[in-house]
Amino acid sequence: MKLRDIAHARSGDKGNISNISVIALDETDYPFLAEHLTAQSVATHFQEIVTGTVTRYELPTLGALNFVLTGALGGGVTRSLALDAHGKALSSALLDLELPNRNRQNNNQYGGERP
Amino acid sequence: MHRIRIGSGAGYSGDRIEPAMDLAERGGLDYLVFECLAERTIALAQQARQRDPAGGYDPLLTVRMTAVLGACRRNRVRLITNMGAANPLGAAEATRAVARSLGLGGLRIAAVTGDDVLEVARELDVALEDGGTLRGLGDRVISANAYIGAGPIVEALAAGADVVITGRAADPALFLAPMIHEFGWRMDDWDALGRGTMAGHLLECAGQVTGGYFADPGIKDVPGLARLGFPIGEIHADGTLEVTKLPGTGGCVTPATVKEQLLYEIHDPARYYQPDVVADFSAARVEGDGPDRVRVHGGRGAARTGLLKLSIGYIDSCIGEGQISYAGPGAVERGRLALDIVRERLALIGVRTQELQFDLIGLDALHGDRLSRGHAPYEVRLRVAGRTATLEEAARIGNEVETLYTNGPAGGGGAWKSAREIVAVASALLPESAVRTSVTLLEA
Repeated sequence: MKLRDIAHARSGDKGNISNISVIALDETDYPFLAEHLTAQSVATHFQEIVTGTVTRYELPTLGALNFVLTGALGGGVTRSLALDAHGKALSSALLDLELPNRNRQNNNQYGGERP
Repeated sequence: MHRIRIGSGAGYSGDRIEPAMDLAERGGLDYLVFECLAERTIALAQQARQRDPAGGYDPLLTVRMTAVLGACRRNRVRLITNMGAANPLGAAEATRAVARSLGLGGLRIAAVTGDDVLEVARELDVALEDGGTLRGLGDRVISANAYIGAGPIVEALAAGADVVITGRAADPALFLAPMIHEFGWRMDDWDALGRGTMAGHLLECAGQVTGGYFADPGIKDVPGLARLGFPIGEIHADGTLEVTKLPGTGGCVTPATVKEQLLYEIHDPARYYQPDVVADFSAARVEGDGPDRVRVHGGRGAARTGLLKLSIGYIDSCIGEGQISYAGPGAVERGRLALDIVRERLALIGVRTQELQFDLIGLDALHGDRLSRGHAPYEVRLRVAGRTATLEEAARIGNEVETLYTNGPAGGGGAWKSAREIVAVASALLPESAVRTSVTLLEA
């Protein structure tokens, strides 16, 4: 199972630091996320990109985790040689992370209304 | 006043204009805020002002003011913006000219100045966050601006300004100021300031809370992104926020869009450092409250640190870049051969680079090859970028990519090159007592 099956994510940048929020599509999945999506597993996923530390902050009232990745943006948006200098694409890359399988229905309740 | 409605008309300098016009016209707003200063924008604006002393403010200021000032006047909407960038006074004068041309006599326009602290930062030789001091950057320094808080904007509103224009202000402070003004919050009511900051943070990126930067087809569908509506925040006197948008506009406001934006560019959610307060989002609650309406509460705050963040713009280096494409069978192999050729050429001709990056776009340019392994694209685009001390050397990088046309692998197409000087930003902290702001009021 991919992280994308149970969570959505957004990345932001400040200087040479990227933060990636990971939010459970269904809040009841938060404990599973908190157990399996650790600072270490995120650091391993991005080991070829992140040169610094990965810190995790827990937000149980939002069903969310916030990861702060230092040294993730090639010197920061203003001087990076990288094509994605803001690290905007990092959140999508994180959603590719493999999680242990579990038996549950996909009951995504947060999609926007359809046109 | 029971509650106020604040619209967000721009999330960055180049943002769309139509959503703001729509908000000014039929938003039922009390305030319309345009947040237009990214991290490096003010340093570039300082350079622009050095070339033209009357310039240095947002290049779209006149276009935006022309588009919304009439509706704002008719509908009694007060406008707050950081479009002053490196020249708030010049921006106020340009706004007055727009107001006069639209026949809006008597419009009061305030300029907030004092964020430009280059001289005092030099005297104090402030320490840079990543090591070293301001003096260590020598004559490469372009600008030093402090992120100022809501105080002077509140002062301008109290003086009756219809339009308030700042330079470098903290983004959420543009929204916090009208809350303080309307609700009479004390400047040490940390929980109220924390909640107001949370509301401002949610609104400051405009479309990013109404479905922009969110869609993932099949998982997170967003209707009508080409006519995305920008957000309206309804703020109650206790700081509770309801995020919504205008009926008939594209996008969506859901608990999911709001949660993503709540954590956007946040490090420790319990300690979001701002000039007015250390805001705490850690116990925030986000609840759907009807179609395209989400209620946010539970924010808190703690006493501000008394230190203001400085954004220091300086000439960092030059970047040279070149690109060329390969397609069809063997495209990846020819692209790799081309990269090897450029790597060897740059060494052969002695280009001195501080840093080099070799990408095959479409294969491994964003996250290295570990995450993309096993995919075979029809085409790849080669990209070489390097950091140099001079523009001349930067230009040689793109030249070596371009010469692949006649000297490289088969079928290279669409070469492109550039060389540019890089203005970078360093951060520092300065005691708030070293920063003196003032408000100048003009009348159209």
